Amino acid sequence: MTARLVFLGRLEDLAGAAELAVAAGPLPDVLAALAPNLTDALLDDRIKLALNGALIADRAGIVLDEGDELAFLPPVSGG
Amino acid sequence: MADVRLAIAPFDPAIELAAFAAAHQAAGGIASFLGQVRAGEGVECLDLRHYGPLTLPGMDELAQAAVTRWRLDGLLIIHRTGQMVPGEPIVLVAAAARHRRDAIAAVDFAMDHLKSRSWFWKREKRAGTWSWIEPRAEDYSDLARWG
Repeated sequence: MTARLVFLGRLEDLAGAAELAVAAGPLPDVLAALAPNLTDALLDDRIKLALNGALIADRAGIVLDEGDELAFLPPVSGG
Repeated sequence: MADVRLAIAPFDPAIELAAFAAAHQAAGGIASFLGQVRAGEGVECLDLRHYGPLTLPGMDELAQAAVTRWRLDGLLIIHRTGQMVPGEPIVLVAAAARHRRDAIAAVDFAMDHLKSRSWFWKREKRAGTWSWIEPRAEDYSDLARWG
C-alpha cells in the first residue's frame, strides 16, 4: 500500500527528491513519518495541495489510498 | 481561438509571431510580449519547473478568461519549461484583435496572471549554485489591477 508524494520548487531540495513513495494512510500519519524539517515545511499554510492532479481547498481529512499522488505546491514564481 | 503551449524545448518567437499574424490577417492589430532570460546579471542558467496535471490546464483557463474578457480574434501563449540560458525566450504572449486596446490589454492581463498564478517554479544558477526564486510582492499587486 504505497502512495506518492510530489514536491515542487524548493520543497524538492528539502525532500532530497522530486517524488517520494510513502505508506498510504491519513495525511498526518504520512507527514509524521518524514524528516522533521520536511514535515514542518509541508505544514506551512502557504503550500497548496493537489490530490491526483486536482487542487484541494482543505487539507483536513485527507487519507491517501494505494496509488494516490499528493503534490505539495509552494508559492509560484513563474514567467 | 486560443493556442496555448507548454514548450519543453527552445522556440523562435519571430517564427511564432509571423505564423500568428498570418493566421489572423483580419485582425487590425496584434500585440505581443516576449519574456527572456536576463543576461549580464550573473545568472548562468534558469530552470523552470511545472506540475503536469495543473500547469497547462491552468494556462488554458487563463486563455479562456482573456478571450471572454476582450474581443479577440486570436490568442497565443507559449511558455517554456526546463533549463534556459541568458537571452533565451521564456514566454511569448500575443493577442490579435480588431482594435489595438483589446489586444494590448489581453496581453498585459495574461502576463500578470502567468507571473503570479500559473504553476511554475523558478530557480537560477549563479556561480555554480542553484537557488529558488520566491514570488515578488509586485507580482501580486500587478494581479490586483484586474479585479
